[in-house]
Amino acid sequence: MSRVLFLEERCKGCMLCAELCPVKIISQSPRINRQGYKAVEVLEMDKCTGCASCALICPDCAIRVFRSKKGGGE
Amino acid sequence: MAPDIDSIAPTEAVADSIDLTPMPGETLVFDKPESLRSTLTHYCPGCHHGTAHRLVAELLDEMQLREKAIVIGSIGCSVFIYNYLDIDAVEAPHGRGPAAATGVKRARPDKFVFTYQGDGDLASIGMAEIMHAANRGERLSVVFVNNTVYGMTGGQMAPTTLIGQKTTTCPGGRCLEREGAPIRMAEIIASLGGVAYSARVSLDSVKNIRAAKKALRRAFEVQTEGVGFGFVELLSGCPTNWRMTPVQANNRIRTEMIPYFPLGVFKDVATLNTEGE
Ligand SMILES: Cc1ncc(C[n+]2csc(CCOP(=O)(O)OP(=O)(O)O)c2C)c(N)n1
Ligand code: SF4
Ligand code: SF4
Ligand code: SF4
Ligand SMILES: [Mg+2]
Repeated sequence: MSRVLFLEERCKGCMLCAELCPVKIISQSPRINRQGYKAVEVLEMDKCTGCASCALICPDCAIRVFRSKKGGGE
Repeated sequence: MAPDIDSIAPTEAVADSIDLTPMPGETLVFDKPESLRSTLTHYCPGCHHGTAHRLVAELLDEMQLREKAIVIGSIGCSVFIYNYLDIDAVEAPHGRGPAAATGVKRARPDKFVFTYQGDGDLASIGMAEIMHAANRGERLSVVFVNNTVYGMTGGQMAPTTLIGQKTTTCPGGRCLEREGAPIRMAEIIASLGGVAYSARVSLDSVKNIRAAKKALRRAFEVQTEGVGFGFVELLSGCPTNWRMTPVQANNRIRTEMIPYFPLGVFKDVATLNTEGE
């Protein structure tokens, strides 16, 4: 019901978000951004709880969090 | 040959072109504060200067201070803060932030004036300026980023370097006998008469980041309410000079820094909670 969006060009691959995500869905992608860092990604977005911990710990403001009402229709 | 300034100027993030429109039934619950520019920063991965900038920017937005805020930048890794916060700025010589801020605030008491200083800047070369500005009770707020090293110049020992911590100028580890004990600034500042608020917080975890924002809010409020000097020490990581990964650096804050630099509010005139009284 929730999802995160990584602004890949801002990410520095510090992995602080991945370390603290309660459902451990954040991992490093093979993509290297313009800054020269491997940005992170989420492969199983349906597991995201929308807790926003990743966004709060990110030193580079690279994460946006969307939440939808529980049980909300399409 | 001197570097071409244009070639080292910060790049605007292309990230801004990403569509942040929520899908039907969704809300965007975390976004970048407006007072934080979208410019990519020169900070190392995991550096807490970025976190500190964001918290300051969120408060400038929430307290509607952006239009009247003036940041006094200091010398250290945060020297380019004027590129990152979308507010007016004055750059002070190394350590002289509180003196420059005093002049700015006295000339324009209607403005919201704060310094942003590292531990080398504030607790070493700038010790006189911070002590006297605090003691005079200047209506200023101070954001003090304590990462226990001189980050910008390559990780030399700072007055806040922990006993046993290895740096380029104490390769065997800081020695109590030779270099003295690390200075606890938040407690020292709290002991000065003109201070309205002094606290120490940490940027290592989500819980502590939330608490840090609360403390910064109080340090800003004592200025906007005209009460006195507001000071917040932020325990911060410098993964590069600590020779650690960002995750290891956050662990070091928990296991080594917080035990020596206790978190808490050491003075708040609102509650008259002064340590030792
Ligand atoms: C008058 C003067 N002396 C020395 C320096 C060299 N210098 C630049 S930054 C710095 C220390 C910065 O450390 P800190 O304030 O802790 O900031 P950090 O980079 O760790 O955030 C020093 C000594 C200088 N720029 N000017
Ligand atoms: S919002 Fe929470 S659950 Fe979702 S990716 Fe971020 S930390 Fe993980
Ligand atoms: S915390 Fe931010 S910069 Fe670090 S890996 Fe996650 S998204 Fe990238
Ligand atoms: S050297 Fe340290 S303080 Fe400076 S940008 Fe890198 S991590 Fe941050
Ligand atoms: Mg420092």
